Amino acid sequence: MHFQLTDDQRALQTGVRELLAGRFGREALRAAVDAAGVDGSGARLDRGLWRELGEAGFFALCLPEADGGVGLGLPEAVLAFEEAGRVLLPGPLIATHLAAGTVPGAAEGLTVVTAVDGVVDGTGGGALVEWLDEADVVQGDASGAVPLQSVDPLTPLHRVHAVVGNRSAGRWGSPLLERSRELGGGWAQPTTAGADNSFAELLGAAEQLGGATRTCDMAVRYARERQQFGRPIGSFQAVKHLCAQMLVRTEMARAAVYAASVTADPLDIATARLLADEAAVRGARDCLQVHGGMGFTWEADVHMYLKRAWVRARRGQSTAVHEESLAADLLLPEKR
Amino acid sequence: MDLTYTEEEEEFRAGLREWLTKVLPGLPPKPDPGDWPARRAYDLGWQRMLYDAGYAGLHWPVDAGGRGATPTQHLIFLEETERAGAPYVGANFVGLLHAGPTIAAEGTPEQRARWLPPILRGEEVWCQGFSEPDAGSDLASLRTRAVRDGDDYVITGSKIWTSHAEVADWCELLVRTQPVSDDVPKHRGITWLVMPVDAPGVTVRPLRTLAGSTEFAEVFLDEVRVPVGNRVGAENDGWRVTMVTLSFERGTAFVGEVVACRRVLGELAREARVNGRWDDLVLRRRLGRLNAEFRALWRLTQWNVSESERTGGVPGVGGSVFKLRYSHARQELYDTAAEVLGPDSLDLSREWTLDRLSSLSYTIAAGTSQIQQNIVAERILGLPKDRNGRKDG
Repeated sequence: MHFQLTDDQRALQTGVRELLAGRFGREALRAAVDAAGVDGSGARLDRGLWRELGEAGFFALCLPEADGGVGLGLPEAVLAFEEAGRVLLPGPLIATHLAAGTVPGAAEGLTVVTAVDGVVDGTGGGALVEWLDEADVVQGDASGAVPLQSVDPLTPLHRVHAVVGNRSAGRWGSPLLERSRELGGGWAQPTTAGADNSFAELLGAAEQLGGATRTCDMAVRYARERQQFGRPIGSFQAVKHLCAQMLVRTEMARAAVYAASVTADPLDIATARLLADEAAVRGARDCLQVHGGMGFTWEADVHMYLKRAWVRARRGQSTAVHEESLAADLLLPEKR
Repeated sequence: MDLTYTEEEEEFRAGLREWLTKVLPGLPPKPDPGDWPARRAYDLGWQRMLYDAGYAGLHWPVDAGGRGATPTQHLIFLEETERAGAPYVGANFVGLLHAGPTIAAEGTPEQRARWLPPILRGEEVWCQGFSEPDAGSDLASLRTRAVRDGDDYVITGSKIWTSHAEVADWCELLVRTQPVSDDVPKHRGITWLVMPVDAPGVTVRPLRTLAGSTEFAEVFLDEVRVPVGNRVGAENDGWRVTMVTLSFERGTAFVGEVVACRRVLGELAREARVNGRWDDLVLRRRLGRLNAEFRALWRLTQWNVSESERTGGVPGVGGSVFKLRYSHARQELYDTAAEVLGPDSLDLSREWTLDRLSSLSYTIAAGTSQIQQNIVAERILGLPKDRNGRKDG
């Protein structure tokens, strides 16, 4: 057992981080938010950036080399999406990544692919589609989609009612699935729609992990700099404890997300989702609290992390579904 | 990232399982929890069995009589012994996990030869005399005094929360050999001694816990004489000597407990299924959440163990992250058990009721959650200490 990043994985992590820092740093993020406006109506996808991501192999990470991909596995995809989550990289990244190899141009970053993401039976307010107006290809039936005013200025959303039956089985590209089988990923039901969607769940959890990591860093930096009563607020235990719990939640989520990327086990993925959503949403909330009044402003970046965390937490299966499947697991005889 | 075990690791596991299957049925019946001499005999007997089978001091260095096992092998050992229902480390805890490793790291060849083999062979029991009534989280403010008199230290003071004191042979003792002054900060002036518990002047008074049992004791020291040769490390260097072991954590501290909690969680679900509370959606989801929690804690354990293998030991701060979350999760587990039990949760004859009471110590013992959060914030996140220059641990 060696549950640590390999040297290659570290190099990949650094490479993606540097690419994104150069191409989508804080200034680019603020410029995108300014362009989108307070109501998000001006949100546009940066096609140049999308192509650069494609050229760097971001969408083709898991595509076999024979098909023009990078030929890596789920752990590497998770590391890349963690970095994307850290900088709040906008766009239907997961849908495009999973479409690589099946939708022409997706792997290269020439085609923007989005997907209908919603509940199976059409209850609960319908399904959501991110970046519908900017996408070239929509997976699933988005007919009758109505825009809603997205809380996250950098994630335009449409709502689709009347999604009937199972969620577009097999809509996610299958190369990732194939790759997982080759790696002996312990995939239980490779042909069901639920299994396909699990990869989307995990990549979303990886983004949440990146967001949680970033908000912890932001809170700590602010707590060291901001002075009140003649000393940094980070010297107050009440603030320290907020920050310490942010780190604890982040490291728990990291272990769960990375483990799920190795096993591809549905229950490990459910665990990763629950822990990563918790780390991202509560991390952003606590980061906002540490920032005090500034945290409540548009000017500070914190709110964008919280809003994106809310959007991601709403994707795929609900918390209730994951908790129920993990509860059901407890009744199974112990595997040895 | 690799979660599969190597061939050697699987062989080690298989050999251990085979041995456990063979020997566990032959164990004597578990002693009454209130019968300390019987508990001592039982725990030492188990240690002797481990020794005879070559499993004693698995994680100790080879030159100290241990097996020099990797952290992963130690994880496998703790996982398999817990799964098989083998006895806990019990009375051997301080000797195997703290005093022994400290002597192995800092003791003279004579000290190592005197004290290490009996720990491994299950012949002697150790206890820990660190905390004092006025020195808990602020351990370095301890006041038990040791005054040099010829070849002896003469010790006066009191210690508290000392587990197994009633049946221990030796006590790893922290004493003050130099008073705190403007020139001597509290962390200096502390010395690490080995005290025979049967020395004249030692009085042990058992403390009853809120769970009704006497799991630990107060130890009063009235002019107790300890030979200077029982000092490990230099005089006034005891804080560093202690931290060498305390800060060297391999991520394995709670392996057995996490395995046990996951088993209890399965039992809770089955109990809820039988008594009908499974139909309560809120309770069911709470159980599912706990499953995620303990699965993640297991993954974090594997991560920390692998990290210590890579770096040659993780600093204790990594353990703080784990302990903060685990201690809270354990309390949540037994609070949930109370929901499953319903009225029976008020019945002390139910095992989970006692376990719920015991779980309350987890956010206090070995560093309260508040102190752990300070440690995480200051040593991992680099937040500033407060203006009084307070330093934890």
